[in-house]
Amino acid sequence: MTLATFLTQVFNGLSLFTVLALMAIGLAIVFGQMGVINMAHGELMALGAYMTYLTSIGFSRYLPSLMGLYFFVGIAVAFVVTAGAGFILERGMIRFLYARPLDTLLATWGLSLVLQQFFRQVFGPIDVSVPTVDWLQGAWIPSPDIVIPLSRLFIILLTFCVALSVYTFLFRSGWGLRIRAVMQNRAMAGAAGINTERVDAVTFAVGCGLAGIAGSALTMLASTGPATGQQYIVDTFIVVVFGGVESLLGTFLSAFLIGQMQSISELLLSGSMAKALILILVIVALYLRPSGLFTNRVRR
Amino acid sequence: MKTREEKKSFSNAKQSRRKFLKAAAITAASGLAPASMMAGSGKAMAAEPVKVGILHSLTGTIAIAEAHVVDAEKLAIDEINQSGGVLGRPISPIVEDGASDNPTFAEKAQKLLESDKVSVVFGCYTGASRKAVVPVFERYNGLLYYPTYDIGLELSKNLIYTGQEATQSIIQAIDWLSKNGKKTFFLVGSDYIWPRTTNKIAQTVIPKHGGRVVGEDYFPLGTTEFSSVISKIQSTKPEVIISTVVGGSNVAFYKQLNSVGINGKNQPIMAMAVTEEEAIGVGRENLVGVLTCMGYFQSIATPENQKFVAAFKAKYGADRVVGDTLECAYTSVYLWKRAVEKAGSFDVPKVVAASSNLEMNSPEGMVRIHATNHHLWKHARIGAFKPDGQVSILYESPLLEPNPFPKL
Repeated sequence: MTLATFLTQVFNGLSLFTVLALMAIGLAIVFGQMGVINMAHGELMALGAYMTYLTSIGFSRYLPSLMGLYFFVGIAVAFVVTAGAGFILERGMIRFLYARPLDTLLATWGLSLVLQQFFRQVFGPIDVSVPTVDWLQGAWIPSPDIVIPLSRLFIILLTFCVALSVYTFLFRSGWGLRIRAVMQNRAMAGAAGINTERVDAVTFAVGCGLAGIAGSALTMLASTGPATGQQYIVDTFIVVVFGGVESLLGTFLSAFLIGQMQSISELLLSGSMAKALILILVIVALYLRPSGLFTNRVRR
Repeated sequence: MKTREEKKSFSNAKQSRRKFLKAAAITAASGLAPASMMAGSGKAMAAEPVKVGILHSLTGTIAIAEAHVVDAEKLAIDEINQSGGVLGRPISPIVEDGASDNPTFAEKAQKLLESDKVSVVFGCYTGASRKAVVPVFERYNGLLYYPTYDIGLELSKNLIYTGQEATQSIIQAIDWLSKNGKKTFFLVGSDYIWPRTTNKIAQTVIPKHGGRVVGEDYFPLGTTEFSSVISKIQSTKPEVIISTVVGGSNVAFYKQLNSVGINGKNQPIMAMAVTEEEAIGVGRENLVGVLTCMGYFQSIATPENQKFVAAFKAKYGADRVVGDTLECAYTSVYLWKRAVEKAGSFDVPKVVAASSNLEMNSPEGMVRIHATNHHLWKHARIGAFKPDGQVSILYESPLLEPNPFPKL
């Protein structure tokens, strides 16, 4: 294996890490922080992807000269629409099921089926292709044997920005303070004058909005169809659970580990065997350490 | 005399049994409700209609390749009904969704044969879905026309295979590529029986031309991450990539290839499972120059094909395209009609017997059902994708005898 191949593989692992992290951060907030098992997370990603698709159609029809900018608008639209959908979801369905995690699982599973059929009715059963903006096509070639696709580089930067924003929002803003307060001790937070219901709605909405951003970014790598959400949901849950459900840092670390391990094993084995190997390793790791990588040590 | 506890537990048992029966009744009713809503549609016809089944994936990862095949079959059925039907009876199609899931295919096949009692089924795309339904057709003595290219290696008395088998597809492709000087091959495909068997055949045929295989990789259906295999391709630098990636994954595959600068213009890629249909989902701009080997291309310039394409576009819209599987499905319906008329009956063994050596001038040219092996004599064609998503034809083979069990 040459140095070039090794470096390319490290980059691929990094790219896979950021894709997984982007998908998982929204679920980590919703599942990890709020304890809501949202089986429709994948469909919210698909919703974000479809919103980006609609933005691309809108720009190509009405603003063709600004086509290069459509992607930024697409990401923003995806965030806003999925956050809005998340807000409605929380107010309309999730908040009645907070004390019943198994019922939430069933209800959100049903919701995912409804959303999939909705996509089929509105967009058709066939996958749609979202065009990549021309300044993100092609690659950066620092040396003759190392080809770094610009789209993957963009996703890495996007994940970094999203992580920074989430950190700032959760740990450096007023809303973040309220969210963390409600998560740590709902009764006391309520007694201190925080509107816990509103905080719940905002937290869920933010988690869903992040799923929308992930879906938007993934349009550069793969197709968008009604079943797209199902492709991603399992990996997303694995990343969150493996990292330790209540830790955002754990989610990132787990995404990094899984991303790199999968990349390297794909180089040595075939794609299917690499996937099987990763799942076996995750099972073994969870067997030895059931709460995941990072756990809150509490006396129960 | 029962004690208070015994009475309570007895009535509890009665209660829970009642609850269970009520729940079961509701579930059964809700299951039947959609079916009964669909059942009340059907026009009164002069002669009793003959029911045929159509079984394809309308949803799921294979839908991108398979969902529109139904349209081609319905076009043939409409044309036949307009010219008087089969043996004077109009054809009434029943469409079922296999949902890209093989057990669902088997279940729907059984439903079509057992409860709907259809005379024939046109269906399946992936070899895996076909293999799932073969036992059903053999058990209920049904008849399936299978319109998709596959590897062969199968002969069931209840199936007629109207798509290309290996000697008419992958072997033709490798012969043509080797004649054009390609010596090193990289094989990448989806992980199920068709790509694996196709590549096994390729592994035996390529060395016979003096070439060699420099890489072979498989990914589950629906995969969207191809960065590792693309790295392998970049490091082994093959003269041609043979891709048996199937369905929605093709979008990710070509997008990611293009993002590292590999495209059909600077790297020969022979796509064995991409037709004009998938080109729309993948993005026509992503496929320019990519080679493809099929029996039929929309750009075939015969009068039969032009009539067929015009009729298809008239019924479904001018921006629709026709790929190999759609044309095979259209031809299958007509082949069935001719066999039924030759046999004078809808009875499956008679129809199959009448199919032997049955000929037809189809949109892909002259085709003939083989005397004994249920496959089709047909042409193989190789072409390259153009920016408009159509294929410019580079090679057309003579009429090839089907050989589903070749000695390799």
